[in-house]
Amino acid sequence: MKMETRKEAGLRVVSLAGDVDLQHSPTLRKELLVVVAEGLPVIVDLGGVSYIDSSGVASLVEAFQAARKKQIPFSLAGLSASVQRVMQLARLDRVFTIHANLDEALKRNQ
Amino acid sequence: MNLDPPGERLVQIVFPARPDRLRLARHALADAADLVGASEVFINDLVLAVDEACQNIIRHAYGGPTDRPIEMDVRKNGGSLVVRLVDYAPPVDPSRIKPRALEDVRPGGLGTHFIQALVDERAFLAPPPGAGNLLQLVKRFA
Repeated sequence: MKMETRKEAGLRVVSLAGDVDLQHSPTLRKELLVVVAEGLPVIVDLGGVSYIDSSGVASLVEAFQAARKKQIPFSLAGLSASVQRVMQLARLDRVFTIHANLDEALKRNQ
Repeated sequence: MNLDPPGERLVQIVFPARPDRLRLARHALADAADLVGASEVFINDLVLAVDEACQNIIRHAYGGPTDRPIEMDVRKNGGSLVVRLVDYAPPVDPSRIKPRALEDVRPGGLGTHFIQALVDERAFLAPPPGAGNLLQLVKRFA
């Protein structure tokens, strides 16, 4: 998994690529909680993610809940069909705010 | 490992029960399923189910990452792919493995739900001598 965090127009974008699995989800969880703690709206760009398992989903859920407690917008963008299917299986596709891609997510967060 | 499961063996691998080795198992399984013409959706679903089962072995059966082995045997049996996972942990009680309610949005506890949703059959069978558990997952092509 590759992860890059950057500031963009008053928010934080965390871009992920590769496999978000049991090997990498602890790192993701830690980074997302740090980013959420900064207090800016967060977009997690999953456009480069080829695989996600339950541990990766759990990291996203934990960060989402932390953001909700702080009343910070937290959204996902760029889900591939396979990642979307995992979210649907977990019935989280209606819990998360999901944008088709990062550009759309940035527009919606302006 | 039980050497007499039905069907044609596609691949058999043994790997340490560590998170950084799961990718190897996923790729071996995906390639085996692709070899017999499985669809992309079928492959993705089966790979996720088996990965989650391996995670359960690492986290719950073995109690954490270890160099102790997971044996994965993948067979084509008629219109199904059959995956058997053998570990050497203490025997698990299958009645205690239950998915949680999805209405409760919280981290964790999704793996068992994924397995149940993505394969057609899931059963703990009698493990081979010396082994702890044998989990069999079956996914039908149609």
